[in-house]
Amino acid sequence: MSSQKSLEERLRELVVEQLGVSLDQVVPEASFTEDLGADSLDIVELVMTMEETFDIEIPDEEAEKIQTIGAALEHLKGKIESA
Amino acid sequence: MREQGVAVTGLGCVTPLGGDVASTWRAAVAGRSGVVRLPDAFGPELPVRIAAPLPQEPELSEVAERDLRRMDRGVVLALAAAREALTDAGLEASADFDHDRAGVAIASGIGGLSTILANHGRYLDRGPRRVSPFFIPMALANMPAGMVAIQHDLRGPNLCHVTACAASAHALGESAALIERGAADLMLAGGAEAAILELVMAGFANMQALSRRNDEPERASCPFDLKRDGFVLGEGAALLVLERSEHARARGARIHAYLRGYGASADAAHMANPSIESAGARRCIEAALLDAGLGPDDVGYVNAHATSTPAGDSVEAESLRRVFGPHIEALPVSSTKSMTGHLLGAAGALEALFSLKALATGTLPPTLNLDTPDPECALDHVAGKARAASARVALSNSFGFGGVNAALLFERGDT
Repeated sequence: MSSQKSLEERLRELVVEQLGVSLDQVVPEASFTEDLGADSLDIVELVMTMEETFDIEIPDEEAEKIQTIGAALEHLKGKIESA
Repeated sequence: MREQGVAVTGLGCVTPLGGDVASTWRAAVAGRSGVVRLPDAFGPELPVRIAAPLPQEPELSEVAERDLRRMDRGVVLALAAAREALTDAGLEASADFDHDRAGVAIASGIGGLSTILANHGRYLDRGPRRVSPFFIPMALANMPAGMVAIQHDLRGPNLCHVTACAASAHALGESAALIERGAADLMLAGGAEAAILELVMAGFANMQALSRRNDEPERASCPFDLKRDGFVLGEGAALLVLERSEHARARGARIHAYLRGYGASADAAHMANPSIESAGARRCIEAALLDAGLGPDDVGYVNAHATSTPAGDSVEAESLRRVFGPHIEALPVSSTKSMTGHLLGAAGALEALFSLKALATGTLPPTLNLDTPDPECALDHVAGKARAASARVALSNSFGFGGVNAALLFERGDT
């Protein structure tokens, strides 16, 4: 994976791949369920893929709070910068 | 079944012989084999190196990439066959029919095993948190029926018969019974199977059930022949639209054939070996004749279950002789598994499709590789080449592990 890409770019690409949405839909305020058509299983899979891609752990109680692209990005930044 | 039986108004399939009904039937009549050598990387240690996979992957542009990723291969094959069968029946999305009374019954022998294996691998390698949330629904044996119903908005009975190699014959017979008792106007019924997997090959190989004629793939499946040494594993899906005859006529549908009779029985003898003593095969064929109100002499073609195993083929041949008596001398029999390999839970529906195409076209597909017929399997074999014959009624047999048996009788339709 290219380290040149920003965290945000990598997250957006992952969401595009997982949810089959277009890149321009993946904006910070986009809600996974409301705007990107994800159901509960999609979100579990998405969180799992984020864990694998970024080599982090996202406990279930934290995962529940990740409802938008922006929230996901904040979460990732927190995890990766504190690591 | 009452009166005329249940109309067959649509056909669809993806098989080792082709991506649709037309190409599959053309190949069957031409006597072409779908058996090939597997790539060296496929289970290198397996003693069996041959199988009958699809010649090309089905194209499903109407399904989103994201959804396709969440489908076991069996679902993909079922969706391809369903699209063709519904279109053939004139039941496209724009057609006017009562969706609440249109059901789906797609059988499976093995279920979504590739999905189970993939997730078991993730579990072992990376732990329980890496098992997909889609694992359970993806792997369920009834998910082909479920996803086909979702794709085409078919809201009637939704079923999955899981009776090994007789599964899709049971799906057809039981669906016809559902229509007869008024529970649905039409049923999209048959089977889908995608089990050419290393684990499955190892299991069947260790049962001594698979042919090991690795150097001659096209000659490996040779039902009724003295040199037969086991079946060849195939994959695919075959679906028929079954419809209440009055319903089919009222909407001006073309009727390929009628499903006239259905019989089912159990050997109650052995978990995997066929049994002549229990007369399971004989009893189910006789039950189908009784159901149809037909006599043995009415039958003009038999599409045999015959898989190319030493025991199975002789038991079936003997069962046929006992049911049909002297008429067996003038009753052409063929096993299309000589070309398609064994599609397990999809075999019965594909062979039902072949049986009614034989009636509709007056052409009986052959048994390939029948060079030295086993005297124990003495029958009027359609050996090597297709035969022209104007049969009115065809019998399709299906038998499976668990000692399950199913027989279907089709009668020529209006066309």
